[in-house]
Amino acid sequence: MADAPVDALLKGSSGKNTRGLLRTIILFTIAAAAVSSRLFSVIRFESIIHEFDPWFNFRATKYLVENGFHSFWDWFDDRTWHPLGRVTGGTLYPGLMVTSGAIYHFLRFLTLPVDIRNICVLLAPAFSGLTAFAMYLLTNEMSPSPSAGLLAAAFMGIVPGYISRSVAGSYDNEAIAIFLLVFTFFLWIRAVKNGSIMYGALTALSYGYMVSAWGGYVFITNLIPLHIFVLLCMGRYSTRLYISYTTWYALGTLASMQIPFVGFLPIRNSDHMSAFGIFGLLQLVAFAEFIRGYVPTKQFQKLLTSMIIITVAVGFIGLSLLSISGVIAPWSGRFYSLWDTSYAKIHIPIIASVSEHQPTAWPAFFFDLNFLIWLFPAGVYICFRDLKDEHVFVVIYGVLASYFAGVMVRLMLTLTPIVCVAAALALSHIIDTYVTISPKQAQAKSTESSSESLRSSRSPVVGIYSYASKAIVTSSVVIYLLLFVAHCTWVTSNAYSSPSVVLASRLPDGSQFLIDDYREAYYWLRQNTPQNAKIASWWDYGYQIGGMADRPTLVDNNTWNNTHIATVGKAMSSPEEVSYPILRQHDVDYVLVVFGGLLGYSGDDLNKFLWMVRIAEGIWPDEVKERDFFTSRGEYRVDDQATPTMRNSLMYKMSYYNYNSLFQQGQAIDRVRGVRLPAEGPQLSTMEEAFTSENWIIRIYKVKDLDNFDRDHMSAAAFDRGQKRKRASKRRGPRVLRTE
Amino acid sequence: MAPKRHAAATPSTPSATTTTPLKSTISSSPATLKSNASPLEIAHYVLNQYLTTTPQRTKLLDAFMGFLAIVAVAQFLYCVLAGNYPFNAFLSGFCAAVGQFVLTASLRMQTSGGNGGDGKKEGGKAGGKGKSVRIAGEEKEDGGECEVSHERAFADYVFGSVILHFFCVNFIN
Repeated sequence: MADAPVDALLKGSSGKNTRGLLRTIILFTIAAAAVSSRLFSVIRFESIIHEFDPWFNFRATKYLVENGFHSFWDWFDDRTWHPLGRVTGGTLYPGLMVTSGAIYHFLRFLTLPVDIRNICVLLAPAFSGLTAFAMYLLTNEMSPSPSAGLLAAAFMGIVPGYISRSVAGSYDNEAIAIFLLVFTFFLWIRAVKNGSIMYGALTALSYGYMVSAWGGYVFITNLIPLHIFVLLCMGRYSTRLYISYTTWYALGTLASMQIPFVGFLPIRNSDHMSAFGIFGLLQLVAFAEFIRGYVPTKQFQKLLTSMIIITVAVGFIGLSLLSISGVIAPWSGRFYSLWDTSYAKIHIPIIASVSEHQPTAWPAFFFDLNFLIWLFPAGVYICFRDLKDEHVFVVIYGVLASYFAGVMVRLMLTLTPIVCVAAALALSHIIDTYVTISPKQAQAKSTESSSESLRSSRSPVVGIYSYASKAIVTSSVVIYLLLFVAHCTWVTSNAYSSPSVVLASRLPDGSQFLIDDYREAYYWLRQNTPQNAKIASWWDYGYQIGGMADRPTLVDNNTWNNTHIATVGKAMSSPEEVSYPILRQHDVDYVLVVFGGLLGYSGDDLNKFLWMVRIAEGIWPDEVKERDFFTSRGEYRVDDQATPTMRNSLMYKMSYYNYNSLFQQGQAIDRVRGVRLPAEGPQLSTMEEAFTSENWIIRIYKVKDLDNFDRDHMSAAAFDRGQKRKRASKRRGPRVLRTE
Repeated sequence: MAPKRHAAATPSTPSATTTTPLKSTISSSPATLKSNASPLEIAHYVLNQYLTTTPQRTKLLDAFMGFLAIVAVAQFLYCVLAGNYPFNAFLSGFCAAVGQFVLTASLRMQTSGGNGGDGKKEGGKAGGKGKSVRIAGEEKEDGGECEVSHERAFADYVFGSVILHFFCVNFIN
């Protein structure tokens, strides 16, 4: 946008160079803006890894840097998923770790000793600068107007939908994957335009990198064949399509199979079958075209129909045979949940339980994209006006990504790039029409640029002559842009820059108050427990415990084993007598729960508790029943109306144990759920409280060892309280415990 | 663009000499087809056309493609009949054949008139290969817009093949 008015000053032979220089400077400025707007969290808090998954990535990166690539590749991690362990090297996308490891060694080579943590924290902002650049390239392929690319780059740099996953410290796969996504699409468009093997091969390489970085590569795997398929249906087959697609597919599939985690999926999984099908189809079409060169039209049609019938029949029979015999795996659960939004809720509670897999709320679109969301349809319309191959791509991508973004919150991320492209196309169209000093100049400029790039069918003879309308449109565009920048900055600083490891709140006098309970508790674990103490917690905290406390965990955010998670869920949702043997069998030393009742921290375990119950019920429907946790009127309560099952569950007891002592008699209040708790707090007999953080967010309990006198823990605890009862039955207690 | 210059410089390749009978594509070929010919006849006709009109170089590429196809089919049959025990090995062998086939097909398309059906090209192919001389008569739009020179196409081909075989060797275990 800054380009347009300056253009008037830059005519003539030196104009092109000057404009090129300006463009470079603008791109650098955009990249700098993109990087710096992501640094809020570092400045406000500190250089720290955020959230949950990044902690694992960070830990893996440290392992890579310390032990080298080969042992990383063969890494078997016995400190997670406690009795089972995890073949980490074969079950992760290594792209992110390898990238930061390479950067680390490169900086070392330049004798710049940078801490690996800082590289990890700042990787996402750095790559966002590159994303803006890739966006510029991609949009330039779409539009002859140079302003479109710059606008798209600027949008991509600061749009909240992308910032949400790439602020400093959110060291997640998406950090580099979005760059690779955009760059792969750019190379793909180039390949389709030029029909060169080289660009096809480069696309494949970029795709291979993408596969190594993010599971979302399947989006590319399906989008590119769809693009080809639509082009074929539009009767636009050309050798360019054949060359670019087949090169990409042949090389890209091989490249993707190099990643151990992906392995044979590209030939086994139905998610990848469309790409394969289009590959076959394209071979046939190419062959048909080849034959057509020799035969007159009429016979060719005859030949074609018979050929089509035969291949369709063969393909269909073959595919169904393979599916029935199970050679090709059925679609994975996450993909079913893309088509049927309630699928996950019914069949796979563990997928549904993740908040970012929920359907998107409508305001989220505006929140994440601001005015781009209503420029988006206009941009798609502009693509229709001038429907070349690459515009078809924008249209398809736009339609698909809008649908997916509506289904799952996290897929807003894939929608964002195309919204930026389309919005930039629309806005640059407006700007090119209105922000020119006089239409004569526009004409001159357009004829000049048409010689160097493909000129669309715009008619430069028609122009806007009225200065009033020019001024109105221009100023409103500028206002919208300013509002957009303000909105982005506001969203970034308020919504997306919280590390979620450290919580910030305001004191009544307005000063900031940091709640650092997580790190306090993890540090306590690190300092006060033996190196091999097993920590049980709900899976959300598994990566953080592994990363910050460096202790083995039972389950973590890599939810590969549903049964194991359900085991923990069962232990949490069962009464102590049932939970204790489970915990003992899994060598658990400490149990960690998150409790927000004192502070009003709503993301605590009691609010997630129903998911634990549901997941446990999925495996043990006889022993854990969700219904028992609701009152007879169907309410989920924790106060004195709570059901006995609820009040006896380990989670409830651990959350509220000793909580009464903070308050006066009968005044205990849970501030999250806003209820008054029963006067008598729960009794724990198989655990003892080991640690409670400053604001009670984290509570850690030690699982008691077997009783010295061979009593069961209930009677031991009762004895300690001075109640002399059930003396006679104490003999039987421990026996039951041992045999189970 | 550079490719155009290159193409203009290389009009007298051997392929140009062999393509002289190309002039007589459909109209004057020995057996003009009857409108209700059987598929077998059509196939025979196509074969004849192919043999008479294809330049020697392209035939070489075709032979290579045929060989690759046979290799791929043989590997596949082996996999089906004798079991797929070293599955990695089978896959990389198979993919190498298929990938090379595809790359060669692409090379063939780029070097033989930019259009699979080179029979349609009326003579203009022999001299101005790189020039985007395309017949706008048929409904195909800019399909044959092939501004890639032979050298460039071959360099691309080598580049693609190197990557392909690198991945295959890496994958074969």
